[in-house]
Amino acid sequence: MGLGQRRFNLGVNVSIEEKGIRMAVEDKLKIELGKQGVFVTTVNEIYNWGRKNSVWPLQFGLACCAIEMIATTMARYDLARFGAEVFRPSPRQADLMIISGTITKKMAPQVVRLYNQMAEPRYVIAMGACAISGGPFKQGYNVLKGIDRYIPIDVHIPGCPPRPEALIHAFMTLQAKIDDQPLTGTERPRHLNPEAMSEFPIPIQGAHDLVPPVNHLVWPLPAPVDSGENCG
Amino acid sequence: MSTADMKVYRPPVIDIIEEGDELLEVAMGPHHPSTHGVFRMDVALDGERVIRLKPVFGYLHRNHEKIAEKASYLAAMPYTDRLDYFCSLTNNWAYALAVEKLAGLEVPERAEYIRVITAELTRIQNHASSIGFLMQEMGASGTPLMYAFRERERILDLFEELTGSRMMCNYMRFGGCRVELPTGWLAKAQTIVDGLPKFIDEIEALLTGNEILMARCQGMGILKPDLAINAGVTGPMLRATGVNYDLRKVDHYGIYDRFKFRVPLGDHGDIFDRYMIRVLEMRESVTILHQAIKDIPAGPIMDPKSKIRGFRPKPGEAYGRIEAPKGELGFYLISDGSGNPYRYRVRPPSLINLTILEDMCLGHNVADVVLIFGSVDIVLGEVDR
Amino acid sequence: MKSTEEILAMIQAALPAAHVELVLNPSPSAQHSLRVAPADAFAVASFLRESVELALDYCSNVTGVDWPDKEITEKVKVTQLVDGEEKVVEETVKRIEPGCLEAVYHLYSMRRAHEAIAGPVVLRMRTVNRTDQVQLPSLTFVWRAAEFQEREIFDLFGIVFTGHPDLRRILMWDEFEDHPMRRDYVDPDDYEYEPTPHDEVLKRAEAQSKSAGVTA
Repeated sequence: MGLGQRRFNLGVNVSIEEKGIRMAVEDKLKIELGKQGVFVTTVNEIYNWGRKNSVWPLQFGLACCAIEMIATTMARYDLARFGAEVFRPSPRQADLMIISGTITKKMAPQVVRLYNQMAEPRYVIAMGACAISGGPFKQGYNVLKGIDRYIPIDVHIPGCPPRPEALIHAFMTLQAKIDDQPLTGTERPRHLNPEAMSEFPIPIQGAHDLVPPVNHLVWPLPAPVDSGENCG
Repeated sequence: MSTADMKVYRPPVIDIIEEGDELLEVAMGPHHPSTHGVFRMDVALDGERVIRLKPVFGYLHRNHEKIAEKASYLAAMPYTDRLDYFCSLTNNWAYALAVEKLAGLEVPERAEYIRVITAELTRIQNHASSIGFLMQEMGASGTPLMYAFRERERILDLFEELTGSRMMCNYMRFGGCRVELPTGWLAKAQTIVDGLPKFIDEIEALLTGNEILMARCQGMGILKPDLAINAGVTGPMLRATGVNYDLRKVDHYGIYDRFKFRVPLGDHGDIFDRYMIRVLEMRESVTILHQAIKDIPAGPIMDPKSKIRGFRPKPGEAYGRIEAPKGELGFYLISDGSGNPYRYRVRPPSLINLTILEDMCLGHNVADVVLIFGSVDIVLGEVDR
Repeated sequence: MKSTEEILAMIQAALPAAHVELVLNPSPSAQHSLRVAPADAFAVASFLRESVELALDYCSNVTGVDWPDKEITEKVKVTQLVDGEEKVVEETVKRIEPGCLEAVYHLYSMRRAHEAIAGPVVLRMRTVNRTDQVQLPSLTFVWRAAEFQEREIFDLFGIVFTGHPDLRRILMWDEFEDHPMRRDYVDPDDYEYEPTPHDEVLKRAEAQSKSAGVTA
C-alpha cells in the first residue's frame, strides 16, 4: 500500500528561487517576445492559469459562515470576479469545498463522504473558527474539533464568521497555490501522483463518539512534551 | 367540559402501505441544494406524490445549552448570536429579557428604544432574505436573493457601525445595551429606513403579481388554524392562518405598546399568505422604525443596578419570550444562586414550526416539498442548537 | 388571567382525585408552577386545555431538568449512653437525597390571548429516580407542540415518554447511548492539547496519547 507514512505538503510557501528553476522561459525574454506579438508560455503555466480561474465551489453550507459565503457571491462582494460564481450542488462537478461552519459529529461522516465523491484535483477551504478547530463550540460533546482531523485542508480562514473579504482573500491564496503547483517532480499535487491517497476513511458513529476520533494519516496528534523544565 | 370528546391532533401515521406498492424512498439531505443548511427529510414517494415525510434533525446540534450551563450568564450571550444567525439582535434581546425577569432588572428607556430599532431592522432583513431564499427554491435563481441581500448589506453596515460585527452582534446586556449609538448613526438609520418602502415596492412589483409565484404558492401547503395552535406554530406561519397572535401585542414586552402598528393576518394559510404576511410585516416594521427613531430620548443605556461581573441572580426560574422574526423565541432559565445557570433552555421557533411539516407536505409533489419547507423559514442553527 | 393558586383550586374542584401541588418560585419573575403526579398528568393537561375559562390551548415550551442525587450533610442531635449516663450529642450525618428527572411544560392561551397579560402556567412532572424508573406520560396528544420537544428530552435527558407516537433520538445519532444533557455526563476526551502542557493538562494529555496509541 505505502499509504501510511505519507504526509501532505500543504504549504503555499514556494520560494522565488524554486519558481525560477521551474520556469522554462525567462521573464524578460517573454516580455520581449510579447512585444513582437509572440505569446510564449509553458504547459505548466497555462494549465494552472486555466485551473485557477475556473474553480467551481460546492454549494455546501453548514452553519453561520454559509450566510457569509452566500453574501460573498452576492452583488456587493461578487465572487464571480474570480471565476467562481458557479456553485455546483453535486460534488462530482465541484473543484472546491468551502467548509463553512461547525461540523458536528453527526455531520462529519457525510462531509468526508462528500469529499471522497469530489473528483481530483480538489481543494478545501476551512472557513471560520469552527471548521478549523471547533471554535466557540469546541467544548460541545457533539462538535468535531476541526475537520482537518479527517481530510486535508488547503486554506484556513480565521474568524467567527470571517468577513466576505476574508473569504475572497482565502480564495486568492488558493489561486496562488494552484498557480504554484508543478506538473512533475516530488512536489507535484495529489491528482498527478498515482500513489497518493485519494479515498479517505469515513468515521463511524459509535456508542459514545466517532470511531476513530482522528484519522492519523492526515492529522497526527500533537504529542505532549514531558515537562516544562527544558522549555525555558 | 369533558375531556372524553377532546379533539386530538395526532401526527400522521401511514400504515396503509401494502406489499405490492412500489414506493421510492428518498433521503433529501443533509447535503441538499436548497439553501437552508444541513437538514434531512426521509421522504417516501408514490410516483411524484409524497406519502410519508420524516424530518431528521441534529446535523448542526452544537450543544449550545450544555455549553451555556457550564459558563457564566454573560458568556452565553455571544452564543445566542449563533442560534438564528440571521437575527442575532433579537436573540440577544430574548435572552436579556429572560435574565432581566430572573433577576428583576429594569431597562432604561433609551436602551428600550435602541432595542426596538435594532430588532425591527433585524426583522426586515430576515424577512427580505427569507423571501429571497423562497424564490431561489422556486427556481428564480439569484435575482430576488440579490435584491434582498443588497438591502441586507445596508442594514448590516448599520449593525457593524453600532456593534462592531456584521452578523454576530453580541450587543444587548442584562439591563440595557453594550455601547451608546455612534454619532450620526440615527441619521444614517433614518436614510436607510426612508429607502426601505421603495425596496419593498420593488420586490412586490417583481413578485406579488407574478404568475409562476401564484401558480406554485396559492393553495399549496395549507395549514389550518386549529392545528397550528395545537402544534405551537408561531410567527408569520401562524398569522398566515389567521390567528391574531403577535407577542408584541400580547405581551407588550419592551415598549411596543407605545407604537402604532398593525398585525397582518392571512386567511388561507398557504405559502402565498406566508409570503404576503412577511411583505406586510416589513411595511409595519418600517412604520415602527419611523416612530422609534423620531421619539428616542436621551439618557443612560444601562440600568445602574445591573452588574456585568459577578452576576449572580437569586435562586428561582424565569421564562422570557419575544416575537422574533421566525416566531416565539423563549429562554427558560433556572438559577441556583451561582454564577452560571443551572438549566438553560432555548425554545426555538424554527424547530417547533417544523412539527407540522409532514402534515403540510402530504399529498403534494416532491418538487413542492422544497417550497413548503422554504416557506416555514427556518435556520438550522436554531433548530438543532 | 388567574393566579396559580386559583388555577390550582379550579383543578382540585374539577378533578378532586388528582394530586397537584403548588411550587413557589422565589425569583422576581414570580412564575409559580404546578407539580402534577405523573398518573394524573394527562387528565390535568386535558382539563387545562379544554376549560373554557383557562383555554390553555398553546404549549409553548417543553423541557427537561436533571436533579442528580444530592449528598446532604446535616447535624443531628442524638441521645447516647456515655459512661453510663445519657447525654445529647451532636452528630454529623450524611444522607443521600435521591435525584430525579423533571419535565416542565409552559402553557399559554391563544384563544384568550388579548384579554389579559399573564405569565405562563407552568406544569411539572417528576420521575421516580434517574436510573430505571424514568417513565412519564406523554402529553403529545393534548398538545402536538410537545411531539418533537419530548423526543428531544428523551434524547438528551433520557426520560421515556409512554404513549409518545414516535419516540426516537432526535438530535444525536441513533447508535448513541448516553444522555448528554444530564449533569453527570462526561464527554469524550478528543481535545488536542497545547504543545507544552503542564500540571493537570499534562496528565490529561498523557492519558489521551496513551489511549490513542501515539508516543511522545
